[in-house]
Amino acid sequence: MSESFSEADRTDGIEPDMIDENNAPASVASEAAAVAPMNMIQALNSALHVKMAEDPDVLSFGEDAGYFGGVFRVTDQLQQKHGLTRSFDTPISECGLVAAAIGMGAYGLRPVVEIQFADYIYPAYDQIVSEAAKMRYRSGGQFTSPIVVRSPYGGGIFGGQTHSQSPEALFTHIAGLKVVIPSNPYDAKGLLTAAIEDDDPVIFFEPKRLYNGPFDGWHQKPVSPWKTQDLAQVPTGKYVEPIGKARIMREGNDVTILCYGTMVWVSLAGAEHAGVDAEVIDLRSLVPLDIETIEASVKKTGRCVIVHEAPKTSGYGGELSALVQERCFYHLEAPVTRVCGWDTPYPHAFEWEYFPGPERVATALKAVMTGGSR
Amino acid sequence: MTRNTKPLSLRVPEPSGRPGDAPDFSHLKLDAAGSVDRPPVDARPVQMLDLAFRLIRVLDDEGNAIGPWNPRLDAETLKKGLKAMILTRAFDDRMHRAHRQGKTSFYMKCTGEEAIAVAQGMILSREDMGFPTYRQQGLLIARGYPLVDMMNQIYSNASDPIKGRQLPIMYSARDYGFFTISGNLGTQVPQAVGWAMASAYKGDDKIAITWIGDGATAEGDFHNALTFASVYRAPVILNIVNNQWAISSFQGIAGGLETTFASKAIGYGLPALRVDGNDFLAVWAATQWAEERARSNQGATVIELFTYRGAPHSTSDDPSRYRPGDEHEKWPLGDPIARLKQHLIALGEWSDEAQAEAEAEAVAQVRAAGKESEAIGTLGQSRPSVKTMFEEVYATEDWRLVEQRREVGV
Repeated sequence: MSESFSEADRTDGIEPDMIDENNAPASVASEAAAVAPMNMIQALNSALHVKMAEDPDVLSFGEDAGYFGGVFRVTDQLQQKHGLTRSFDTPISECGLVAAAIGMGAYGLRPVVEIQFADYIYPAYDQIVSEAAKMRYRSGGQFTSPIVVRSPYGGGIFGGQTHSQSPEALFTHIAGLKVVIPSNPYDAKGLLTAAIEDDDPVIFFEPKRLYNGPFDGWHQKPVSPWKTQDLAQVPTGKYVEPIGKARIMREGNDVTILCYGTMVWVSLAGAEHAGVDAEVIDLRSLVPLDIETIEASVKKTGRCVIVHEAPKTSGYGGELSALVQERCFYHLEAPVTRVCGWDTPYPHAFEWEYFPGPERVATALKAVMTGGSR
Repeated sequence: MTRNTKPLSLRVPEPSGRPGDAPDFSHLKLDAAGSVDRPPVDARPVQMLDLAFRLIRVLDDEGNAIGPWNPRLDAETLKKGLKAMILTRAFDDRMHRAHRQGKTSFYMKCTGEEAIAVAQGMILSREDMGFPTYRQQGLLIARGYPLVDMMNQIYSNASDPIKGRQLPIMYSARDYGFFTISGNLGTQVPQAVGWAMASAYKGDDKIAITWIGDGATAEGDFHNALTFASVYRAPVILNIVNNQWAISSFQGIAGGLETTFASKAIGYGLPALRVDGNDFLAVWAATQWAEERARSNQGATVIELFTYRGAPHSTSDDPSRYRPGDEHEKWPLGDPIARLKQHLIALGEWSDEAQAEAEAEAVAQVRAAGKESEAIGTLGQSRPSVKTMFEEVYATEDWRLVEQRREVGV
């Protein structure tokens, strides 16, 4: 499975030279205060190295996540540096590996597990939803589940239906879970560090189209690497980005765009394409949600467009839309609008018809600016 | 059909008896007490394959303990076990009645299976972690967990240790080595493996123990657990309580006709023991074997405990609609309490009078706890503060929960 993805990835404009091999990973940095350019893989890897060096109760495991370091290399060198019993390969059993993590968490460890693709998370769904999420509540606080379930997620990589999905809404619906989706290397490291230190289970989705560069949806254009971005300047030592705080990626006055993951970069491109002065908010964490930042922005702009890759129906955009109208209705000058994946399985041959790109975002922005819905 | 062969036919397994039939146990192959060899604790699984198909028994029909699995327990331990089983049954009887009286919404008895959780609860310590199903109340009782707290849980009253959040009998008692029970079957088994892996990772000396019913072994979680237990040599005891019935489905529906449940272990390279679950001494001896193996870093053991669910699945169930009415009475492996009592009498350590006295004592103890708990309140008469509904969803409340709590006005 991973091989077929890698092939697709290679044919999609991501070249090996986009991973900046010259930049030292965090684990070999001598100074905590040092900053290095990192792509998202390196930043996530750095978070794991730093936390594992700091806390012997942090373990990392998953399918191909041990010796080999994961099919996307996020767990690279963890085993070599921290030992076989701290970073290891698991049987191909998402249910089993998440359940093992839950048991370890109940013992007092802080396991970080990798689900190779978010599309493979469903065999673990019962363990996540019925067990990890409910542990603290159902035991009256006697047992907790301080685990992190990491998973590469989202489309734009010609992965077809089993390597492209965005299942975040299946987890935001579950009381007891936190859902975090970073959009850049700096946040990826700081939020993963926070997730590992969190005493509750965190679903940590990593937009894999962003691993090697801030993909903005203009798929015909050459992809720019992370090193051109400020948010790729990542401290090599430890830092924490709090879970539950949004990041305003672009300030603007005309319309608020609520987005996360790859759609942050697509939304920025869409706003530019439309020539609209949009305020682009990267939610970063869906649960808990930074409602204050959302509310303040929509009350300022009077318009709101929500962008996500996941299918529209019962997507997280529906929740955001409801919250915005509940809290900002009298400030709204246009209907809240969603730009989402279609309500179809993720198609292989129609990647760019399915993937919400900057043109669709721009169309939505223009529509709300003229007072109408799309 | 294009081939000139007999048409295929679908087999759906059926039990040996249904309501109105005489119980038929002719399909059971029961080894005589004392007839199964005891392999060394460091035996390789492949050297002991036959144990997955035999039945380890220690007590014979006269109540004598015989053979290589005799754990040679002292009389005090035996009496302690017998009393804990008696107390478990008395507790079950009272709480079952409490349900009939409308004092709670649900209850589940473990009648006929008391030897399992009681013996295993006595062997392992509170520092080890048990990942139970809903029929291991005997473990809490054997370890002296306050009966009143069990009742408070069953009544979801203001003193319920888990704050009215779970269906009755879904206890959680961390300090007693008793993991929070889930109603989703089988999920606890791979978790127990993970807990055991954590203990091994930390270089600790604790082990895990878990239980699953015959029916739920069909869940993927069970098989995932066995894979992980084998791969990482986790120090865990994996019990399958084969009580013959999963609500109304006989054990053949879970795959018990073509092989034994113990034999599932073989494909995973794990040692398997198949044990008379109504024989306190056999349960003890097999568990001790598995415990020694786990503590000496030789990994997991699968134990099938062959028993019979004497009571309905729960208070919501009526077994007279799907199985012969007297199947339990006629169960060829008898009753665990009667058999241990017989053994103690054979040893000259017990008597009918002592038994009657112990039973009266158990009833009195349960009655006293019942009064104490009912004084706090039965279901609906008393409950934790509504505010607690919003607590412990997360370590800290987020704004949604704060707003929703205010909406309720608490």
